[in-house]
Amino acid sequence: MIELSWLLIAAPLLSAAVLIGLGRRADRWGHWLGVAASTVALVVGAGALIETLGREAHERAQNVHLFTFIPGGELTVEAGLAVDPLSLTFVMLITFVGTLIHVYSVAYMEHDARRRVFFAYLNLFIAAMLLLVLADSYLLLFIGWEGVGLASYLLIGFWNHKPEYATAANKAFIVNRVGDMGLILAMALMFAHFGSLSFSEVNAGAAAASPATLTAIGLALLLAATGKSAQFPLQSWLGDAMAGPTPVSALIHAATMVTAGVYLIVRSAAIFDGAPDARLAVAIIGAITLLMGAIIGTAKDDIKKALAASTMSQIGYMMLAAGLGPIGYGFAIFHLLTHGFFKAGMFLGAGSVMHAMQDQVDMRRFGALRGLMVITWATFGLGWLAILGVPPFSGFWSKDKIIEAAFVGEGWQPWVLGGAALLGAGITAFYMSRLFFMTFHGRRRWTEGQHPHESPWLMTAPMIVLAVGSAFLGWFLATGDRFTTWLEPVTGHAEHHDPVLAVPVIVTLTLVLVVLGAALAWWMYIHHDVAEEAPAPSIPVLAARNDLFQDSVNRALFERPGRHLTRTLVYADAAVVDGAVNANAAGISKLGEALRKTSTGNVRSYALLMFLGVVIVTAIALLGVR
Amino acid sequence: MSPMAFVYLAAVLFSIGAATVMLRRNAIIAFMGVELMLNAANLAFVAFARLHGTIDGQIMAFFVMVIAAAEVVVGLAIIIALFRARQTISLDEPAELKG
Repeated sequence: MIELSWLLIAAPLLSAAVLIGLGRRADRWGHWLGVAASTVALVVGAGALIETLGREAHERAQNVHLFTFIPGGELTVEAGLAVDPLSLTFVMLITFVGTLIHVYSVAYMEHDARRRVFFAYLNLFIAAMLLLVLADSYLLLFIGWEGVGLASYLLIGFWNHKPEYATAANKAFIVNRVGDMGLILAMALMFAHFGSLSFSEVNAGAAAASPATLTAIGLALLLAATGKSAQFPLQSWLGDAMAGPTPVSALIHAATMVTAGVYLIVRSAAIFDGAPDARLAVAIIGAITLLMGAIIGTAKDDIKKALAASTMSQIGYMMLAAGLGPIGYGFAIFHLLTHGFFKAGMFLGAGSVMHAMQDQVDMRRFGALRGLMVITWATFGLGWLAILGVPPFSGFWSKDKIIEAAFVGEGWQPWVLGGAALLGAGITAFYMSRLFFMTFHGRRRWTEGQHPHESPWLMTAPMIVLAVGSAFLGWFLATGDRFTTWLEPVTGHAEHHDPVLAVPVIVTLTLVLVVLGAALAWWMYIHHDVAEEAPAPSIPVLAARNDLFQDSVNRALFERPGRHLTRTLVYADAAVVDGAVNANAAGISKLGEALRKTSTGNVRSYALLMFLGVVIVTAIALLGVR
Repeated sequence: MSPMAFVYLAAVLFSIGAATVMLRRNAIIAFMGVELMLNAANLAFVAFARLHGTIDGQIMAFFVMVIAAAEVVVGLAIIIALFRARQTISLDEPAELKG
């Protein structure tokens, strides 16, 4: 099955090509082809997983050579797939959640005239994402990296007849370009120092490289990761990316694509292990983002934007874990996996609510939906418990481990990072409970003419499967350290150090904060009534509602100076460059004017000039002969 | 008689021809000046052929005569066209080429 892993990428890619190529002729059955392609990938992935599980741990990392991609003397790039525990984890997450979301979309997009195109884009995304995680070199990874960026852009702007949605798509694309520059820089540095871009050779070269080199590469990779994973300071696109259809938000902007940055960091473990400074930067970025996301999440009334803020915050946890080094890599991927399940589940739940409420997204206009949408309520509730980190649900097993790991270390580091993670858990509990209570509980605050109803089974079935995953996946994989052991061939074995606080103390503190957060949300949003219009905000609430002014900051720091710079450049271009060229042309023109005077139109004077010329030429010829 | 006398004569004829071309306004007269210059050249060719005892110069003279014949055809045609257009053959009248 491992030799067939090229099918993972080929099947969805072919399906996308067929769906786009056939055009309207594929409208009737196109969505089922999309589902089938995703399922093929899932089956192949599962086969590869089973085959890998049957091997000894040290034989689990396999390489499938496809073809020589760039045969270029100094730089020869082979196209190959790295099938190892890390990539297989991602393959399973992407294909499993992806297939469920394909099924969900069949019903969700039923009334959209361009459903076939939607499935083509989804398949393109699956293919690109699988290429990203299966690539065995940074260059091939980069192709997948750009591919998912393209798919994300196309899907955010899927309803681009609304100008603000098209703008959101552009924003996501442009912010991501900034991050992509980091990846290109990192690749250039790698090629300059190691002469290769394949994971195996870079890892081998990293062992002998100087810390300064590794720090530079590490920071460039971090920039790439912040762009793709919506981390500080390139986080501003994720909230607007919610313009895309909800299944897209669930698959791309919650479960898979946005976690690619975490994958990149973990995949480059060899580089970060040699660069403690870069690693610390990763952890700090993670800590900042997890708090920022959580704070923004507390004030959003748009259900999807609140979930997006939560995604940012949870990926912050993953980055924090990845920045902790070998003890964190396993937990980062573990949290990524459980998050993929519960966040995708909750997004699908939000989609189901929107489906029932005529695309209403304002949570102040929801309320009392529990009785009418029992399945959505129950599946969303399981996701809610999972993200809160309530034992024994998934989030508890993964997030708690990250908080514990953040408290490991010496000096100020464990206190700051651990404190941020702990505080984040409390705020997470508050804003997720707020979201849950405002949507499903309290009184009916619906707008006129709403008749909410449960969604069709094509939508509820994927939600149920994801809810089951949210409930039990963490427990299943955490038992006996199954998951971290499974990843060890890639991330390496980590010695356990004791955190600065005793583990039971950390767990208790976390749970107390979570209960406090949830209780506060209950007090504010069930005990007290929720206003249908957002009340006039205090300054902190206003800041959180405006995404902590990230857009204003970007505008002041980058957009305005950028505009001034371009204006100056345009002026300089007109004055200096164009000026020189124009002056040159004007000079020639003046010269012509002057010379024109010599053309008198008098034939005899021409004859005279010609005669003089002949005399001069003859004289020169005769004198030359002598 | 020394052949050099013919060379001097050719030089005088050429100078007269050139002066005619540059000084006279009448196109036909100017044209005759051109012919005079060509024939002065012919005379020089033949004189030098005699001086050197070869026939290269004489052959060249024939070429010049052929070209002169062709040139007369074209030149007269231009003058006639000029006359038809302007009812004059003065060389100073046309000023289309004035810059």
